[in-house]
Amino acid sequence: MDLAINPFSSGTRLRDMIRSIRACKTAAEERAVVRRECAAIRAAISEGDQDYRHRNMAKLMFIHMLGYPTHFGQMECLKLIAAAGFPEKRIGYLGLMLLLDERQEVLMLVTNSLKQDLNHSNQFIVGLALCALGNICSAEMARDLAPEVERLLQNRDPNTKKKAALCSIRIVRKVPDLAENFMSAAASLLKEKHHGVLISAVQLCTELCKASDEALEYLRKNCLEGLVRVLRDVSNSSYAPEYDIGGITDPFLHIRVLKLMRTLGQGDADCSEYINDILAQVATKTESNKNAGNAILYECVETIMGIEATSGLRVLAINILGRFLSNRDNNIRYVALNMLMKAIAVDTQAVQRHRATILECVKDADVSIRKRALELVYLLVNDTNAKPLTKELVDYLEVSDQDFKEDLTAKICSIVEKFSQDKLWYLDQMFRVLSLAGNYVKDDVWHALIVLMSNASELQGYSVRSLYKTLQACGEQESLVRVAVWCIGEYGEMLVNNISMLDMEEPITVTESDAVDAVEVTLKRYSADVTTRAMCLVSLLKLSSRFPPTSERIKEIVAQNKGNTVLELQQRSIEFSSIIQRHQSIKSSLLERMPVLDEANYLVKRAASTQATVSSVKSAPAVTPGGPLKLPNGVAKPPAAPLADLLDLSSDDAPVTTSAPATAPKDFLQDLLGIGLTDSSPTGGAPSTSTDLLMDLLSIGSSPVQNGPPTSNVNLPGIAETKSAPVSPQVVDLLDGLSSSTSIPDENAAYPTITAFQSATLRITFSFKKQPGKPQETTISASFTNLATTTFTDFVFQAAVPKFIQLRLDPASSSTLPAGGNGSVTQSLTVTNNQHGQKPLAMRIRMSYKVNGEDRLEQGQISNFPAGL
Amino acid sequence: MIHFVLLISRQGKVRLTKWYTPYPQKQRSKVIKEISTLVLTRGPKLCNFVDWQGYRVVYKRYASLYFCMCIDPADNELETLQIIHHYVEILDRYFGNVCELDLIFNFHKAYFILDELLIAGELQESNKKAVLRLVTTQDTLVEAAKEEASSLSNIIAQATK
Repeated sequence: MDLAINPFSSGTRLRDMIRSIRACKTAAEERAVVRRECAAIRAAISEGDQDYRHRNMAKLMFIHMLGYPTHFGQMECLKLIAAAGFPEKRIGYLGLMLLLDERQEVLMLVTNSLKQDLNHSNQFIVGLALCALGNICSAEMARDLAPEVERLLQNRDPNTKKKAALCSIRIVRKVPDLAENFMSAAASLLKEKHHGVLISAVQLCTELCKASDEALEYLRKNCLEGLVRVLRDVSNSSYAPEYDIGGITDPFLHIRVLKLMRTLGQGDADCSEYINDILAQVATKTESNKNAGNAILYECVETIMGIEATSGLRVLAINILGRFLSNRDNNIRYVALNMLMKAIAVDTQAVQRHRATILECVKDADVSIRKRALELVYLLVNDTNAKPLTKELVDYLEVSDQDFKEDLTAKICSIVEKFSQDKLWYLDQMFRVLSLAGNYVKDDVWHALIVLMSNASELQGYSVRSLYKTLQACGEQESLVRVAVWCIGEYGEMLVNNISMLDMEEPITVTESDAVDAVEVTLKRYSADVTTRAMCLVSLLKLSSRFPPTSERIKEIVAQNKGNTVLELQQRSIEFSSIIQRHQSIKSSLLERMPVLDEANYLVKRAASTQATVSSVKSAPAVTPGGPLKLPNGVAKPPAAPLADLLDLSSDDAPVTTSAPATAPKDFLQDLLGIGLTDSSPTGGAPSTSTDLLMDLLSIGSSPVQNGPPTSNVNLPGIAETKSAPVSPQVVDLLDGLSSSTSIPDENAAYPTITAFQSATLRITFSFKKQPGKPQETTISASFTNLATTTFTDFVFQAAVPKFIQLRLDPASSSTLPAGGNGSVTQSLTVTNNQHGQKPLAMRIRMSYKVNGEDRLEQGQISNFPAGL
Repeated sequence: MIHFVLLISRQGKVRLTKWYTPYPQKQRSKVIKEISTLVLTRGPKLCNFVDWQGYRVVYKRYASLYFCMCIDPADNELETLQIIHHYVEILDRYFGNVCELDLIFNFHKAYFILDELLIAGELQESNKKAVLRLVTTQDTLVEAAKEEASSLSNIIAQATK
């Protein structure tokens, strides 16, 4: 019987169970013991055993802590709580808080018991109920029981009051609407002397301010004076053994009052002025040799930074942080860094003064401190200190931990790009970062580097030579390798001939075959991935044109990959071999240097592209109709085409092949490997669609992902064809027997005809007409051509447009498409762009048809509509 | 606000868990695992704070036990450290030179003390003696109920003899 009443006296089976579990040597043994115990407890529960109920509950709690399921005991908690005795209730509430959380519906059943216990005559039972309610109550329970808790705030017993105040915090968090009900009671609790009640009341007030503006105003008016008094009393109080911690009376109360003062003073000049004096007193008088004192100072500084404090007080606060920062205790330095980050917004100059110390913290042994410090340094960088700070960080990159390099690299790259006015400096820093931590450099960072080099013609020679030297030393940094290989391919002759030397540079002797060696080594390096190898192949191809004597050797290296199991490499290898072998005459013009990449456009795109929406939509930069803007290097700079991202069209990964004569390059990654292919027909009108065929033939994805879809990619591997018209027919020769160009005459000079969709079997071209006086409306005549060798029957074309566009489809001229491009079907579409001039046209299309009675489906999206539709 | 309190032994065994923010059971074990690896792998001289999923974990090792509290990033880390110490001191006085075994066999007492110290993730009492007084008074209440019941059972036993 004894055992039944108190399970925890010595010799009970709870103790035995814990012992036997602890004695288990393996996890399996432990599971067996727990299973046995759980079985016994389940049996006792189903028998409705009352005597051992709380002992079983205690056991279940222990089992629960070990991580085993104990849901079957939940109802037992409710029974214990409903029992009359204090011991049962005590263990019942403990079980309730441990085994259940507010999500469980079982919890609703306890509301009634809680209500009774909140009205109990025994203060300890009331305390148990308040504690449970404060820890796990749900919004519904909060609503139901708020009146009881409100009433208990006025209870005579201080222990009940403080528990009720904390319980109110939970209620207000769950149901912020109730905040106003509590504000007057909370304010009056601030007049109490009992520290527990004071602390709880201050916390409740802070919570009320967060939940309701009305409460905030009320408390600003009614309790500021009391708060100042409380803080003054506690900070001036003589030694009080009950509350003393390290010579300071009740640091907890200090901190909580300071926190509430911050909430009240924020954005309110009057309140701020009222508490200025007491804050100054706390900031100057508090001892800082123990953790408790530092905790108060820390909170005080935060309050000074948070309110409308006087400048003198702010200086005081910053000085405290300076002291913290030079403290030898890691904890203090951590909070100082934390606080300085907030202080930057208030007083940047003051924080700058501690720059050297902060920089030291970046190199700390403790990763928590390093991370904080790095964030802070990043915020501190400005025009004047960017160079020295970057140097420090890059120097540290050399010796830092592997797991910290990623953060550090990202921050350095970001700083270097932000302050990249001095291009030589930018290049030097980027080369160092690439050589030290190239594996951590993000793709967009090195893409940006290439764009910049492409634009800085006077530094290209220097870049390629530096990269060549670095590549010899650090061949294992992936992104360094890529940039270097690209540069060697593009600017190989500058490497060999020491062209455009800078003053400070030392000449180096690199022979043509050295350059080829470097790329070959990279290509054959075991760790190189597909993208890198593909770039190597392009680079080699280019070198074969730059250095004719090495052509034979390059042919062999390229040919080695003809049997590569990666489709991407195999395809490149075969195609490049054919170019080297059979098309000497056009090679040099085909492999000219990349046209200068459009830097402004790239930066805009980079900012806009949230993720790698490297969709399959792409286009070749070409002639802008009606007045092409020819630049000296022969690339057309068409007006920037807005991204079709608003429609989430660009995230579509349905493979679409389009060629846009009049749109800007859609994807710079592809452009890096791609070409600036310009093809102006002798008439100067619309470009012929034959370019599409050429592009398809050479189509190569820039990443392995793009190998999959057979219909993808208009992606020419680093072949620059200039605008010379006579070359075109020869290029078409590469098609080796595929159908020749079918030029579509342009009917409307204002809007060129586009190839809206192209797959292996089907091509769709759009030509456009506008009625005068109706700029929003466009008549599109679509023409479908069957490129396959079998006839398509039951051909249906469907189109979808974004909400701001209206679309009308007229019937097609036929539903049968003859094979081999012999004649085409036309269909006319009328679109009305309700946001004409603001958003470009965009369209998704779907074509279904039958081949030999078998259903086929193709789909894609068109976002290369000429501008102005 | 304190989101949860964990006591973890050096071997990674959980000795006490208290959740003030609702975490479903499954997530609880995941959280415990993450925090244990985070805290147990840190060296002895490093600071007592680690960032964890946008929160901050304040921990301190006492003998073989790690006391961890998870707080909001805006909270005062140094004060949380003081709260941990406050709790440990009360445990020490209650058990008289507390050790891990006390907390294993009397885990419920550790919970009772914590419930007198924190409610809703906020501090309830800054006076150690007051906490001790409240816990021991409630212990006496349990003892008294037990006495009463046993004397009652004696009377019944004698009456039915």
